Amino acid sequence: MSKKVGVFVCHCGTNISYTVDCEKVAQTAAQEFPNVAYATDYKYMCSEPGQHLIQKAIKEHNLDRVVVAACSPRMHEPTFRRCVEQAGLNPYMVEMSNIREHCSWVHPNKEKGTEKAIDLVKMSTAKVLKNFPLQSTTIPITKRALVVGGGIAGIQAAIDIAEAGYVVDIVEREPSIGGRMAQVDKTFPTLDCSACILTPKMVDAAVHPNVNLVTWSEIEKVEGYVGNFDVTIRHKARSVDMKKCTGCGICWDKCPTKVSSEFEMKMMPRKAIYTPFPQAIPNKPVIDRENCTKFKTGKCGICAKVCPIGAVDFSQEDELETIRYGAIVIATGFDLFDHSVYGEYGYGKYPDVITGMHFERLINASGPTMGKIKRPSDGKEPKKVVFVKCVGSRDEAKGKTYCSKTCCMYTAKHATLLREKVKDSNAIVFYMDVRTPGKNYDEFYQRTAGEFGADYIRGRVSKIYQKGDKLVVRGEDTLLGKPVEIDADMVVLATAMLARHDAGDLARKIGFSYDQHDFFTEAHPKLKPVETHTAGVFLAGACQGPKDIPDSVAQASAAAVKVCGLLSKDEMKTEPIISAVNEAICSGCAMCIPVCPYKAIELKNITERAHGHQIERQVATVNSGLCQGCGACTVTCRSGALNLRGFTNEQILAEVDALCL
Amino acid sequence: MKYAYYPGCSLNSTGLEYNMSTKAVAKSLGVELVEIPEWNCCGASSAHLTDHLLALALPARNLALAEKDGLDVAIPCAACFARFKATEKAVRDSDKTQKTISEIIEMDYQAKNTTLSILDVFANKVGAQAVSALVSKKLSGLKAACYYGCLLVRPNKITEFDDPENPISMDNLMTAIGGETVNWSYKTECCGASHAVINPNVGRQMLRDIYRDAKLNGANCIITACPLCMSNLDMRQQEVASFAGDAAYDLPVFYFTELMGLALGYQPKELGIDKHFVDAIPLVNKLGQVQAGRDSA
Repeated sequence: MSKKVGVFVCHCGTNISYTVDCEKVAQTAAQEFPNVAYATDYKYMCSEPGQHLIQKAIKEHNLDRVVVAACSPRMHEPTFRRCVEQAGLNPYMVEMSNIREHCSWVHPNKEKGTEKAIDLVKMSTAKVLKNFPLQSTTIPITKRALVVGGGIAGIQAAIDIAEAGYVVDIVEREPSIGGRMAQVDKTFPTLDCSACILTPKMVDAAVHPNVNLVTWSEIEKVEGYVGNFDVTIRHKARSVDMKKCTGCGICWDKCPTKVSSEFEMKMMPRKAIYTPFPQAIPNKPVIDRENCTKFKTGKCGICAKVCPIGAVDFSQEDELETIRYGAIVIATGFDLFDHSVYGEYGYGKYPDVITGMHFERLINASGPTMGKIKRPSDGKEPKKVVFVKCVGSRDEAKGKTYCSKTCCMYTAKHATLLREKVKDSNAIVFYMDVRTPGKNYDEFYQRTAGEFGADYIRGRVSKIYQKGDKLVVRGEDTLLGKPVEIDADMVVLATAMLARHDAGDLARKIGFSYDQHDFFTEAHPKLKPVETHTAGVFLAGACQGPKDIPDSVAQASAAAVKVCGLLSKDEMKTEPIISAVNEAICSGCAMCIPVCPYKAIELKNITERAHGHQIERQVATVNSGLCQGCGACTVTCRSGALNLRGFTNEQILAEVDALCL
Repeated sequence: MKYAYYPGCSLNSTGLEYNMSTKAVAKSLGVELVEIPEWNCCGASSAHLTDHLLALALPARNLALAEKDGLDVAIPCAACFARFKATEKAVRDSDKTQKTISEIIEMDYQAKNTTLSILDVFANKVGAQAVSALVSKKLSGLKAACYYGCLLVRPNKITEFDDPENPISMDNLMTAIGGETVNWSYKTECCGASHAVINPNVGRQMLRDIYRDAKLNGANCIITACPLCMSNLDMRQQEVASFAGDAAYDLPVFYFTELMGLALGYQPKELGIDKHFVDAIPLVNKLGQVQAGRDSA
């Protein structure tokens, strides 16, 4: 039986028909192209009537394959696949010819546009003639989720997933969950205490029967694919037996070694055996082996002596554990910009030029100054404080091009808190723009500048230098067009939010993409904001881009929904457009293995009969769960043994022949 | 090491001691300075406020003369240096400018050679380590506030050496000759020389800030690499003190080359140190004594 092709040309309103004579394209296809049994044009092919038109034509003309000349397949290929499937065809017997993005939108000349559209349809017709039905297979799904990062985003995602009834592990590299939010004093725009709203969530996560906290641990290796990720976790040696330890605190009371506390932005000491902050969960310490006297010199060991239950264990070693997960949520958070690249702000060498995070700790009741604002150099209460926004953000020369999104609000919060705590203080804010989109955000800023009397000066700070015990802040008031110079007691820099310094390593380990700033890339900027391009891996919080607490929490819950959607199924369909190996001609050269970005190809041994003998040899094999159908292997294969289903060498060459011969 | 040498107008008048000391130091360090024959004014400050092409053409003629001899140019004066660098860059970056300028100066100038500040030559091309090895008298007791001013390291895209916010090449040289340098905030602040005539009170305040910050940080002298800064800082000290009602600052001002000269064994008179407004000789006499005392003991 000869093949019968139907060609359907879409006008897309006037999107296509303005520059392409759609009727002529359909007519030419019907008259000139081989095996075209039917061709027509229609105003909106993706609409209900448009789809009915296709289905009707399939039945009436006994079509066994279809070309739709319309928009990008990224837009409507699934629509038309469903459409032909309902009419009884295999969904992969449809080809889309992109005569919108690739033709009408980019060419102004209708005559030439039509000519090109005809060529494009001709190619698709040639390809569809080589199409063959493809079948999806199914893979099982492991009903357990991994959350990487135990900040507010990770905690929220884990709680939501756990509530839906799935087991979820939070892997956190610090000794405690809590993340950045634990460091923050108050939250905007309500000024409620950050710890007061965070710690109940931390406890919820800790006591939830479906949540496992895996702290002081990192992701070592990730293998497998959606539904079946085999994740190797490195449990760093804690030097404390978690099962025995009760968190009584005698060990860190007695430990003689003081180290600058990372949590307190190095403004306060912690011990070598420590929990990062009093509300830490789990409230069980770790030994910082780099600084511990016992590990450095072999002497000391006081913590082990004072521990009433013998929980301190110096002999512990890192342990690796491999667990299978169905889905992964990445919630690794952010780093802060290091302002020491700004020579004009003193290269980070002036003690009273601090960052916003330092200020958070200075105003926090459990911080190094017990909540009394004291400047680092001499402990005096600063009366005149200058806040500088956009330090490292929106600065192509020395920082990042993007806006860090949160700084306008946290600076307004800092100015408010300063004015509240130090009544006779001045809060002076240098800004480029005040950006406060968000519920009740602008109202908050208006109160800061109005009720709380912070002085907002529009302009950049050009220089900060020490003059006696004052810091001279020099800048420009661009609204008045005048230079300004302020003798300040302390300067707070709103430093940019950055991707974690090792974000790229994690992305490569797991195998998903990240942008030029190392922020993780969502699958679609609008419509797939929590998915990555790698199936089964989802994003939450500031690891995807600068975000405040409300946005992080919202995204975490969204990611959790995606995870639950995936885990609710017992098995999932796989995309059949993947590579296949023709074992008969595969030479086992393994050239395809390093080019595969998804680590989907490996070698296997096969036995076959050749010249009357049983021989064993190696050939490539494609893991259908991992293969994403990119086709990199097919162009690398020297013997042409690898072929991408749906885009076989034969199909591609048929297109080229149709155009060139 | 051989450079075309451009002294400019200052080094034959107010900055005579800069010329004397630069030549002396260059000789000791084995840097051959060949004065550009028939050199002309670089046009600094007046030309670039008058006419863009004139401002480029004046240095271009000098640069073209050096280019003909295949030499890079070394310049002590910060203002001359800034104008030469700006010209060099403008000509290098645009074929059109290159053609126009060559036509104006009636010489072919391709900007194949480059201009270096004499500070750059001594601090980076010769290098602090090499200087240190040649020192015959260590200047212990020197607590120098190294003052770079506005033109020497800025704009960095044009000057192309040292750090524009916290320059250190002069500091490195002072350390190399056995002195100490102070960490202070006014390294690159404007000295206000251009306000001296038009708006003297503004200029005086700017000078006062510099003196006071230098003293506050424990300096016993200010070191410069610019003849205009030098005259401004040296000549007006008494005037500023009486204007502000401060006690005498008593801060001798040196060209960095003068101190290098001392360390390399020259006498103050050979370097022109006796020509200063603020008497520098008492401090000079004290330098190196601590060292000498320790040696004899």
